[in-house]
Amino acid sequence: MNPAVLIASVYVFALAAFLGYQVISRVPPLLHTPLMSATNAISGISLIGSLVLAGAVRNQLSAHILGFVAVTAATINVVGGFGITDRMLKMFGKRKPEAAPTAKEAAK
Amino acid sequence: MTLTSYFMEATYLIASILFILALRKMSHPETARRGMFLAEGGMFAAIVGTLVGAHIVTWVWIIAGLALGSIIGAWMAITVPMTAMPQRTALSHAFGALAAALVGVGEFLVHASEMTVVTRGALGFEVMLGALTTTGSLIAAGKLQGVIAGKPVQFRGQNALNLIIFLSMTASFIYFWIHPEAVAFFYIMLGLAFVFGVMLVIPIGSADMPVVMSLLNSYAGLAAAATGFVLSNNVLIIAGTLDGFSGFILSVLMCKAMNRSITNVLFGGFGAVIAEASTDSGGVMREISFDDAAMQLAFANRVVFVPGYGLATAQAQHACRELGELLEARGVTVKYAIHPVAGRMPGHMNVLLAEANVPYSSLYEMEQINPEFPSTDVAVVIGANDVVNPDARDNPKSLIAGMPILEVDRAKSVIVLKRGQGRGFSGLENPLFFKPCTTMLYGDAKSSLSHLAQAVQHA
Repeated sequence: MNPAVLIASVYVFALAAFLGYQVISRVPPLLHTPLMSATNAISGISLIGSLVLAGAVRNQLSAHILGFVAVTAATINVVGGFGITDRMLKMFGKRKPEAAPTAKEAAK
Repeated sequence: MTLTSYFMEATYLIASILFILALRKMSHPETARRGMFLAEGGMFAAIVGTLVGAHIVTWVWIIAGLALGSIIGAWMAITVPMTAMPQRTALSHAFGALAAALVGVGEFLVHASEMTVVTRGALGFEVMLGALTTTGSLIAAGKLQGVIAGKPVQFRGQNALNLIIFLSMTASFIYFWIHPEAVAFFYIMLGLAFVFGVMLVIPIGSADMPVVMSLLNSYAGLAAAATGFVLSNNVLIIAGTLDGFSGFILSVLMCKAMNRSITNVLFGGFGAVIAEASTDSGGVMREISFDDAAMQLAFANRVVFVPGYGLATAQAQHACRELGELLEARGVTVKYAIHPVAGRMPGHMNVLLAEANVPYSSLYEMEQINPEFPSTDVAVVIGANDVVNPDARDNPKSLIAGMPILEVDRAKSVIVLKRGQGRGFSGLENPLFFKPCTTMLYGDAKSSLSHLAQAVQHA
């Protein structure tokens, strides 16, 4: 990594940190569990690093295997994380208690 | 740069923007779900971009990993009950951190010889954070699931041992940083980081889990951000940093809600030294019958439910909502008071009550509801203890002195649903239970609430 790239990366980090602080401070405590679940799913972006490791290296079995495990773990994180976040947010989307009887009927 | 590389970079930029917009939409429950669709789109774009632009030569490992991960991930997302949300989230932190750590190790295997000092430094952080978060989150998940005892594990010289592990890990890192040919030190660092993760979480009791969860959330994000530095990949830096800061903000909020510092949570070993501190307040706890309690509730004007972790363990959220609806049908104003650290992760109670179809407009935060307790007829405490302990406010010698509480003791009467007569998790005596306005209703929270609901119907 040459110095120019490093400096650019540090800028990106600092600005992302600032933006993250601004954006996340506005999330109400009501949604803190979905928030944690969502940011966790988003940080599953390390999947793209795993994909490169698993597939873009020629003839190095150890890298492939590490990459395979990493892809699996990161995909669990992404799919599971977004899936569960959506399940939670669906519940919060309901506004009125009218939704209650339908849920009860569905359970029967 | 080739055309496909430009395409890849473009998808990364789009993904970064979509992630930020998604978190922005998290500021309101009405828009949050749409926001997550944006994030999912961003993630999908980044994956497609990588597969197109990253010069993939072998597909079999990728497809196998994606397929296996999707199956396990989807299975977890669909089957996990809302009450198990904390342990599922901890497990998810472990997977994310493991991926980051493994990418670091793989990067080391393949490119160690051509790494610059800066990249090696970032790699060290990535691998250390990733590894310690992996084991730490697994321990946290085990404690939350009850596989590992939730009690803090403590022994003489623990902090000294932890310090030694931490210093050895750091020393290995620095040595490897300066002398890249000393490959062994990289693996020593990796191993010590795994051990350190375990040591970091075992001394922490279950009641402090909200802080630990937030911290692990933060570390997992920072590990991903460090991966971005290693790979010179901006979308990794951005997404990782957003996660890292989100976790950090939540940890600070949780610590504030307990009036403790992060160091105190991590190294204080709360809950182990209680025996001497809890004085005998010598009062009597008065028991109440279902019929009397139901009578109080049915003829009240304002009722506030105060859920705690006991609600989650008893899976009593639906029973709670049913009772709430019965009361509302009788014209009682029903509100739910949520303490920030009630439960085992930030927002735990909100999710459970939302699952039971309690509209979020009935859920009140501590600051909003506290002024309303004096005009509340009945406060119903369901499996909560420390968050309603008036000692935190009145007794400066109490271990939880200064912790902001839900002031249920100011209500006209308080009904406490509790499993038994024992003390709560922290082992602290709770003077609330001995107050003249307080009555106790022993038993499993779920069946107690159903019995109350039946009794209210007949009242």
